[in-house]
Amino acid sequence: MKILVCISNVPDTTSKINFTENDTKFDTNGVQFVINPNDEFGLTRAMWFKEKQQAIVHVATVGDASVEPTMRKALAIGADEAIRINAIPTDGYYVARQLAEVAKNGGYDLVIGGRESIDYNGGMVPGIMSSLLDMNFVNACINLEIEGNNVTAIREIDGGKEKLSTTLPLVVGGQKGLVAESDLRIPNMRGIMLARKKTLSVVDPVEANMATEDIKFEKPAPKGAVKLVDNVDDLVNLLHNEAKVI
Amino acid sequence: MSVLVYTESENGAFKKNAFEVASYANAVASQMGTAATAVSFNCSEAESLGAYGITKVLNIADEKLKTFSAKAYAHALVEAAKSEDATVIIVSSSTDSKFLAPILTAKLKAGYVPNVVAAPESTSPFVVKRTAFSNKGFGQTQINTDVKIIGVSNNSFGAHENNTTATIENFSPTLSEADYNVKSIEIDKAVGKVTIADADIVVSGGRGLKGPENWGMIEELAEVLGAATACSKPVSDMGWRPHGEHVGQTGKPVASNLYIAIGISGAIQHLAGVSASKVKVVINTDEEAPFFKAADYGIVGDAFEVVPQLVQKLKEFKAQNA
Ligand SMILES: Cc1cc2nc3c(=O)[nH]c(=O)nc-3n(C[C@H](O)[C@H](O)[C@H](O)COP(=O)(O)OP(=O)(O)OC[C@H]3O[C@@H](n4cnc5c(N)ncnc54)[C@H](O)[C@@H]3O)c2cc1C
Ligand SMILES: Nc1ncnc2c1ncn2[C@@H]1O[C@H](COP(=O)(O)O)[C@@H](O)[C@H]1O
Repeated sequence: MKILVCISNVPDTTSKINFTENDTKFDTNGVQFVINPNDEFGLTRAMWFKEKQQAIVHVATVGDASVEPTMRKALAIGADEAIRINAIPTDGYYVARQLAEVAKNGGYDLVIGGRESIDYNGGMVPGIMSSLLDMNFVNACINLEIEGNNVTAIREIDGGKEKLSTTLPLVVGGQKGLVAESDLRIPNMRGIMLARKKTLSVVDPVEANMATEDIKFEKPAPKGAVKLVDNVDDLVNLLHNEAKVI
Repeated sequence: MSVLVYTESENGAFKKNAFEVASYANAVASQMGTAATAVSFNCSEAESLGAYGITKVLNIADEKLKTFSAKAYAHALVEAAKSEDATVIIVSSSTDSKFLAPILTAKLKAGYVPNVVAAPESTSPFVVKRTAFSNKGFGQTQINTDVKIIGVSNNSFGAHENNTTATIENFSPTLSEADYNVKSIEIDKAVGKVTIADADIVVSGGRGLKGPENWGMIEELAEVLGAATACSKPVSDMGWRPHGEHVGQTGKPVASNLYIAIGISGAIQHLAGVSASKVKVVINTDEEAPFFKAADYGIVGDAFEVVPQLVQKLKEFKAQNA
C-alpha cells in the first residue's frame, strides 16, 4: 500500500494571532509553525500501516521553502519521502488541485489529510481532492482499518459516530481518534538524523485558478470584564434578566 | 441565476440549522434580486420552509437516500443546482454539510467559504465574513468563481421568519451505483440527547472535576437546562468522557447561546474552540484561572458545592417560570 499524507504547516496552537500589511496578511512574526494537529494524527496512523502492513508513506505540502522544517519533522517521525509543491497556499481549491496532481502521478492507494487546518479552517482540501481524483472519501475520520482493498472507517457525526465500509483508493479527512493522543510521536535523535538523508523533492505547481482570496482580516472585539457573583441566585437572575439566555 | 440551499432533515423532520440556512439563503436571494430554492431529502414537512422566505422546495423522496451519503447527496445537489441555474449554494456547518460541501465544490468548480457568520458584505464582488484561526480572527473572503458555496456557521446568522408560501416539487436526480461507494453500516447516536452542534446551551466539565464518577452533577445540570454536555481535551484523552464531547481548537467547535465551563482552566486551545458562544459562565476555584478573562459571568468557588446549588436553584426557577 502506498500512502500520501498531506501536511499543512500551521501556527502552533498557543500562537497569538496578529495581522499585518494593513490587516491583509497573517503576521508570522515570532510564530512557531507545526504540523497541523489533525494531520499529525493521520501521519501517526500511516506509521502504523507502515510498521504493521509494510506501507510506503510519503508526505506532501504546498508551500515555499519556509515549510521544510515541518516536513523534516514528518520525515523524522518516519515518513519515507517528502514532496514540496513550491507555491503559496492561499486557496483551498488551488491547494487541492496541486496535491491531486502529486497524488495522481505517485499512484497512491490512500491519501490522508486532516479534517481541517487550524489556521484558515477551510475543511475542504481532502474532499476536493477526492473528487478531482475520483477516489472514495471519508471525512472527520476517527478510525481506519484496511485489509487488502477493503476499508472500514468510523466518522464523527453530530451527536455520535457512524461506521462506514468502502474500498481503496481512498481519501481521508482525519482527526484525533485515528490514533490516540498518547500514540503521537516526538521525533528522536535517530529519526532526526535519518530524516536529513531522506529525499525531499521540490516540484513546480500546475496551472490552477484561485477560487477565493482573503482580502481583509480583523480580530474579535475585546471582551468586557467578567461579572463575578458569589451565589447561584444572582447568577440565575443575571442569566435570565440580563443575558436573557435562560 | 438563483440561490440554492441544502436544508438538512432527520427522520423526515428538519434539523434546527435548516431554518438558519433557509433564512440566510433568503437574505442572499433578496440581496441579489432573485429567489431561494431549498433542496431536502425525504422530508415530510418541506412546506414549513415557507415561514423563512423559501418559495420553492425540491424534495427528493428516495429510499436509497434515507441514510446520509456524502457523495450521493452532493451529486444530487449538483443536479439541482444545474436545473435551477444556481449561482450561490448555501450549506450549514454540520458534520454532514462539511462532508459534502468539498465534493460539491469540486463538481461545480466553485469557490467555497465555510464558517460564514453574516450575510454577504457585497454580492458583486462577492465578499463574505467568516471566522478564521479557530475563532481568533475574522476574514473577509472574496469568491471569484461563477458558482459560490457558503457554509453558514451554526447559531450566527440565526433563523428569521419571513412568511411566504413554499411550493413543493418532487425532484429525482440520476445517481449511479458509484455514488454509493461509501456505505453506512452502523450509526451510533444517543437518541433524544441534544448534540453540541445543535444545543442552545452547553455544559462543559474539565479536569477540575477530578474523575468520571463526578459527572452526575454535570449531567443533572445539563438536563435542567436542556443542554448538551461537553468536556476539555484531557478529560476525553483520559477516557473520563467520550471523544465526541471534546471541544476546543482540536475538538468540536461550540457556538451556543450559553456555555458553562466548570473546572476548566481556559487554555488558549480550549478558548479558541468555544469563544463563538455568546455568553460564557465560568465556575472555578482559582480566581486567576485564565478562563475568567474570557467569561461574561463567573463564580469563584468549588464546583462540588456550586453545581448542586445551581441545579437546585434552576429547578426552582423552572418551576416558577413553567
Ligand atoms: C496541540 C494541542 C491542542 C489542544 N487542543 C485542545 C482542545 O481542543 N480543547 C481543550 O480543551 N484543550 C486542548 N488542549 C489542551 C489545553 O492546552 C489544556 O491542557 C486543557 O484545555 C486543560 O484542560 P482543563 O482546563 O480541563 O484542565 P486544567 O488546566 O488542569 O484545569 C483544571 C481547572 O479546574 C480548576 N479546579 C480544580 N478543582 C476545582 C473545583 N473543585 N471546582 C472548580 N474548579 C476546580 C482549576 O483551578 C483549574 O483551573 C490542546 C493542547 C495542545 C498542545
Ligand atoms: N498547503 C497544504 N499542503 C498540504 N496539505 C494541505 C495544505 N493545506 C491543507 N492541506 C491538507 O488539507 C487538510 C484540510 O485543510 P483545509 O482544507 O485547508 O482546512 C489539512 O489538514 C491538510 O491535510
